Amino acid sequence: MNKEKLLDMYYQMVLIRRVEERGAELYQAGKIGGFMHLYIGQEAVSTGLVAAREPRDRVITAYRDHGVALNCGISANEVMAELLGKVTGMSKGKGGSMHMASVEKNMWGGHAIVGGHLPIASGLALGDQYAGNDNVTICMFGDGATNIGYFHEALNLAKAWKLRVLWVCENNQYGMGTAVERASAVSEIRQKAEGFGMSNERVDGMDVLAVYEAASKAIDTVRRTGEPSLLEVVTYRFRGHSMGDPERYRTQEEVKKWQDNDPIGIFRRQLTAKKAATLKALDEIDARAEQEVQKAVEFAEASPEPGMEELFKDIYVEEV
Amino acid sequence: MARITMREAISQALWEEMERDPSVFILGEEVGVWGGTYAVTKGFYDHFGAERVRDTPIAENAILGAAIGAAMVGQRPVAELMTINFAFSAMDYVVNQAPKLHYMFGGQFKVPLVIRAVGGGGRQLGATHSQTPDAVFAHFPGLKVVSPGTPEDAKGLLKAAIRSDDPVLFLEHATMYQVRGDVPDGEYLLPIGKAKVQREGRDVTIVTYAKGLELSLKAAEDLSKEGIEVEIVDLRTLRPLDMDPVIESFEKTNRAVIVEEGWKSYGVGSEVAARIYEQAFDSVDAPIVRVAQKEVPLPYNRTLEQAALPQVPDILAAVKEVLK
Repeated sequence: MNKEKLLDMYYQMVLIRRVEERGAELYQAGKIGGFMHLYIGQEAVSTGLVAAREPRDRVITAYRDHGVALNCGISANEVMAELLGKVTGMSKGKGGSMHMASVEKNMWGGHAIVGGHLPIASGLALGDQYAGNDNVTICMFGDGATNIGYFHEALNLAKAWKLRVLWVCENNQYGMGTAVERASAVSEIRQKAEGFGMSNERVDGMDVLAVYEAASKAIDTVRRTGEPSLLEVVTYRFRGHSMGDPERYRTQEEVKKWQDNDPIGIFRRQLTAKKAATLKALDEIDARAEQEVQKAVEFAEASPEPGMEELFKDIYVEEV
Repeated sequence: MARITMREAISQALWEEMERDPSVFILGEEVGVWGGTYAVTKGFYDHFGAERVRDTPIAENAILGAAIGAAMVGQRPVAELMTINFAFSAMDYVVNQAPKLHYMFGGQFKVPLVIRAVGGGGRQLGATHSQTPDAVFAHFPGLKVVSPGTPEDAKGLLKAAIRSDDPVLFLEHATMYQVRGDVPDGEYLLPIGKAKVQREGRDVTIVTYAKGLELSLKAAEDLSKEGIEVEIVDLRTLRPLDMDPVIESFEKTNRAVIVEEGWKSYGVGSEVAARIYEQAFDSVDAPIVRVAQKEVPLPYNRTLEQAALPQVPDILAAVKEVLK
């Protein structure tokens, strides 16, 4: 991978971290409503994945979607504006934190019903198969989603119909506050792919380069074989499930242990070891991300609320 | 114009749309090799092939989720649910995904999807397979709910549904596939969201749709012999609901009976009656009477099942009630 791409990935990870940190502040200040699920700690997952796709490959994810949106190329301005419910958000302030998407950036949401988007991912891939192209659909979901019926129906269909889906389980150890081993028949999620005769891999999700390597390989396999595959990415969210999480289910020591394994810190060490960048250069990137987020907050705060005409708009495509 | 059955009309609409537009394809349980459990897609598999007439696993979430996804990226799938009762296994897609995606993402996504489903009682299938839960689905903004009562309407509305950029739930009644009627050949489209006067009359307005239309037309003949002329307004689409022809008729007759096969509580009749009272209260000469299914899960036994379903004598009694 060339240096420019490496540094761009680093920038994206820092940008996500800063967007989430500012988002948390704005949430505490009452400027963001509803549920908000932060991606802090998991930045390497979507950054590595999305860096490995071609622009024609589709991405679809669950409600922990701000980072994915940024990786796909949706601007920080639009992300922040959507969080603040402003009309300048990509969903015009009608979707909120959990519903970020962009057809142009091939990012298909942002879906809030656990597991509900998995059969839809099979459908995106079905649409591509029907159109006769070899686009790959990258479908991200949490470990919790692998226990619900949708997961099994979607993977079964994808395999039976040879649909090009890369299923990516972000195993962050907890479905809300319930540990994987308390909820799932097998705690190594990739084993579930075996039941569908589907190839699978498990990768360290705190190492963005490892994610990138595994994703590149998996996307290539899916494209070439015309069959789905599953990638389990082992990661950890540093913050609660959502903003209102008392975190009674895990210890401070456990969180601390993972925070010592910060994906941004790991990537910094890798970049300096490879001599891809000096610490000073990385600090400058940090500052650039900080600025970008500051601009985004200002943009979002200054943006107008959706007008009342938006209330009845887009219920149907056709006038009724 | 040809006199054909409801089944043939639906089949013809599907066939013509598939011939016209290569992005239209069918998916569902036993739609292909079997030819459809109600034989609507008989012959399709041989003509259009396995890619366009797709037999699915028995997995309603997979069927509807996949159809929604394919629709989002520009195809025009027609997903068949073997019965509307199976929609409950995939309720998320029918009411919580398909109708929300356009609005919730600020207009970015389109879901040009048709869900065809058979519903209705009267075939001794027991409580879980015999429901007419149309009102449940009509509750949700973002979904269009169509339920034709004649072969002509079935053809025109299904073709319109397939060409619609919005998700449409197209409800067929299991005991009406043999109903015959005149249907225009070839290109014939009807607007979704338009009710129609199916019989003119001066004395009482009957508002109904689907199976209720069949029963109401029979009741109208009996009543006519007694000198009572009912006007029948067929809703055809439950959402968006077109009240204009209903109100126009009611302002002429000042009396209304509403006939539906679903349960009375929170039903189509409740909605229509409320709207008549809201929009035409000054024209009310008698309390509106609703004819609907008895409030029980449908039993298997034929006599009990028929007793639970609305029948022609119930409509006759209701009309006489409003004329008192």
